[in-house]
Amino acid sequence: MSGKQQSVELEKVVIRFAGDSGDGMQLTGSQFTFTSALLGNDLATFPDFPAEIRAPQGTVEGVSGFQVQIGKIDIFTPGDEADVLVSMNPAALKSNLQWVRKGGNIIIDSDSFEERTFKRAGYESNPLENGSLQAYHIIEAPITSLTKTALQGIALDNKSIVRCKNMFALGIAYWLFDRSMDQTLEFLQKKFKNAPLLVDANSKALRAGYYYAETVEALPSNYKVPAAKINPGKYRHISGNQATAWGFMAAAEKMDKKMFFGSYPITPASDILHELSKYKNLGVTTFQAEDEIAAVCSAIGASYAGALGVTASAGPGIALKGEAIGLAAMVELPLVVIDVQRGGPSTGLPTKTEQADFNLVMFGRNSDCPVIVIAPNTPSNCFSFAVQAAKLTVEHMTPVIFLSDGYLANGSEPWKIPSFAELPEINIPHAELNGQDFQPYHRDENKLSRYWAIPGTEGMEHRIGGLEKENITGNVSYDPGNHELMVKTRQEKVNRVAEFIPEQKVIGSGSGKVLVVGWGSTYGSLLTAVKQLQHAGKEVDLVHFNYLNPLPKNTEAIFNQYEKLLVCELNMGQFAAYLRSLFPHVKIEQYNKIQGLPFTVMELKEKIIELL
Amino acid sequence: MAINATETLHINPQLTKKDFTSDQLVRWCPGCGDYAILSAMQNALPQLDLKKEDFAFISGIGCAARFPYYMSTYGFHTIHGRAPAVASGVKLSNPDLSVWEITGDGDSLAIGGNHFIHAIRRNIDINILLFNNEIYGLTKGQLSPTSKLGLVTKSTPMGGIDRPFSAGELALGARGTFFARTIDTNPKLMTRIFVESSKHKGTSLIEILQNCVIFNDKTHGAITAKENKDDFQLHLEHGEPMLFGKEKNKGIRLNGFKPEVVTLGENGITEEDILIHDAHEEDIMLHMLLIQMQPPHFPMALGIIRAVEAPTYDDLTRQQYELSKENAKFSNVEALLHSGNTWEVK
Repeated sequence: MSGKQQSVELEKVVIRFAGDSGDGMQLTGSQFTFTSALLGNDLATFPDFPAEIRAPQGTVEGVSGFQVQIGKIDIFTPGDEADVLVSMNPAALKSNLQWVRKGGNIIIDSDSFEERTFKRAGYESNPLENGSLQAYHIIEAPITSLTKTALQGIALDNKSIVRCKNMFALGIAYWLFDRSMDQTLEFLQKKFKNAPLLVDANSKALRAGYYYAETVEALPSNYKVPAAKINPGKYRHISGNQATAWGFMAAAEKMDKKMFFGSYPITPASDILHELSKYKNLGVTTFQAEDEIAAVCSAIGASYAGALGVTASAGPGIALKGEAIGLAAMVELPLVVIDVQRGGPSTGLPTKTEQADFNLVMFGRNSDCPVIVIAPNTPSNCFSFAVQAAKLTVEHMTPVIFLSDGYLANGSEPWKIPSFAELPEINIPHAELNGQDFQPYHRDENKLSRYWAIPGTEGMEHRIGGLEKENITGNVSYDPGNHELMVKTRQEKVNRVAEFIPEQKVIGSGSGKVLVVGWGSTYGSLLTAVKQLQHAGKEVDLVHFNYLNPLPKNTEAIFNQYEKLLVCELNMGQFAAYLRSLFPHVKIEQYNKIQGLPFTVMELKEKIIELL
Repeated sequence: MAINATETLHINPQLTKKDFTSDQLVRWCPGCGDYAILSAMQNALPQLDLKKEDFAFISGIGCAARFPYYMSTYGFHTIHGRAPAVASGVKLSNPDLSVWEITGDGDSLAIGGNHFIHAIRRNIDINILLFNNEIYGLTKGQLSPTSKLGLVTKSTPMGGIDRPFSAGELALGARGTFFARTIDTNPKLMTRIFVESSKHKGTSLIEILQNCVIFNDKTHGAITAKENKDDFQLHLEHGEPMLFGKEKNKGIRLNGFKPEVVTLGENGITEEDILIHDAHEEDIMLHMLLIQMQPPHFPMALGIIRAVEAPTYDDLTRQQYELSKENAKFSNVEALLHSGNTWEVK
């Protein structure tokens, strides 16, 4: 570092990389993330990419972004606004400027600003020249031409050379935040081990960016974000979808069952299929079905035959699976349905997040058909809730919906690797013959669940099906009294799950004026907002639900301690309506956002303060 | 290791039809063809080298789909059209089971058409019994995808205008490896085909021409009526000439790309001219011609029309599992969690 520049220490910082879909921004962002994790920062990421694979180059539609917040303090969200934006072209600037803090730094590839390109991005005149960026600190760097110069003499075509410009940009970011290049250099060696020229080119571009930043005076200073105080242990980086896949694999191994995963490709759930398909040796069978219905039906068949049957989709696919989920509830077999929610209805916003499938998974089946619904709340705890979902579906012999979303699925964070011994025991209710005729709908007294009799077992041959069954014997029955008994039993069976899940925790004093209520992926922003307000002396607590149906049994007692609830969710108020129907005496207000985006901490704080 | 001879002998000679009969009252209409199919199945299973608990019957929705309730094996009555998907999950998770899917023409060819062709395409080792009565029975008499053009039903009072399609043609279009056709009036043939289909590795499709006595009575009359039986049923045997008729003097020969009916002794026709049935031929052309033949110009081909070998999805699944075990970097999930990029926080 040259002498005149000084280093500024920050508690936390948000950096956002944005460029064309083909510019490698996701890779750039994840490299920055991993290097920061190795450095000991706490962090959270938010990839923001378009539904199109490669929309036309240079258009706003084709911009792909990656945001990460790093800190020496606990980080729960990827941050509301970026302190630094790295923008590879005018379109990236145009679509990402709204996410940059006023006064923030914007590093721009100045080579990309020509009349043709800024017009293509929708600018009338050159934003670098017309004064429209006065609120920001703009650092113009000729990234493309400098990359070309740095790579002169490498026997690669022009296109491959220009592709290395993301590494140049990453180099700038590494200098700016005082991170070592080692991890990425090592990564490049591995990634391009069969193409030494690409290792050379990308490494050179990375170094060139770093030294460029160090040398030019355009950058005022660099920043240090020291390591956070993190619980000791072994860590890895994990995304929500990966944690989900691994959680179910871990559960299957824990219960000594094969895992069967029936799935049909759909954004943003497909990565779960990709991940699981790698681990056949660990007893996972993946089945890419012909459609969503076949996917869930194959999983039900697998559960019937004695495996842990799991399927995954997003809203449009869950809608198609409804009838089959009803079948699994009727025949009282294990089944986990993962719903990685996205903006809707219909095709909606495939790559954007939303929490609007709550009503669908709670009520989207014919007749009275309750199921267990649980929602993880961070990318990494998708793992432990996947284990929990598997445990509940097997121990209670009824379907479980695992309600993830695009934000959790693609978001990532450091994760302390759990030991296998810490995972909960899973007790499988295998049917037993007690010298009597086998009764398929004989039930456990406490859980009301029936027992799992697996085809191939001698003496337990029995028939199940979607027609109403006589309790105990399982014979087809149209008896009116029996039907009522069975409908109530299926409901009571799900209700009793409340006895087997942890009580709800409150973050805060336990009583007061306003209780903020959330569920699922909004945890990070809600927690940050509430903590900041609590820190400022405000009387506000947070309750964040993972168990949505049934709710933890102390839920009502918690609610009774507050004057009013503010239920915050990324939909029109589905969970709020559910709570109102269960607790009509509780005063419930709601705060909703339906933009395909997570909450910002700032907007939450504003809303909460209004109520205080 | 000493081998116990009684354990290695899988056949349960003591199993009889009775062992496969459940205690449930059979609720099909009197005179329904399904009774004969049920009985033929209960006769077939004791002939197989399997234990009672190794059979799983999976059905969709419709009259046929009640079948599992009347068998005393494992059974699963699922939802409309989806039985192939459920059966696929069963077979892949528990590959030692003998899996039988019971379905009808509406269940398989209308609402479940997609699953039907994909199960056949994958060649999963399951047996599909398709009861084809060319009508919706359980919903009380609407047009089905195999109903003859012009059929008057409750939903088509002026006659059906949907062109029907054929299960066999679809199966071959989906690259099926086993297709047999039989009739509910021929219990012996049914039992024999069930036994043979069970032995076939891959998806076996058995079309059973079945009579719905209430809503589409005698729809197969052109083949099954006493006076038509001999002239309109061609019983195929692999390696045998395609002869039929009361005197076994009529036969099928190929004229260019088209089959034709000829009579031995007429116009110098001898047995030499008659096609020999080859169920094992990979090429689908002749099998397709046989499937398409129907009265009044041709006899209906019955028996095993096609039985060819191809890799099964379940075998390939097992192979990939074995291969991945050989090349595995870790043998359990915990090791996976610790693999790749990790770091220690002190």
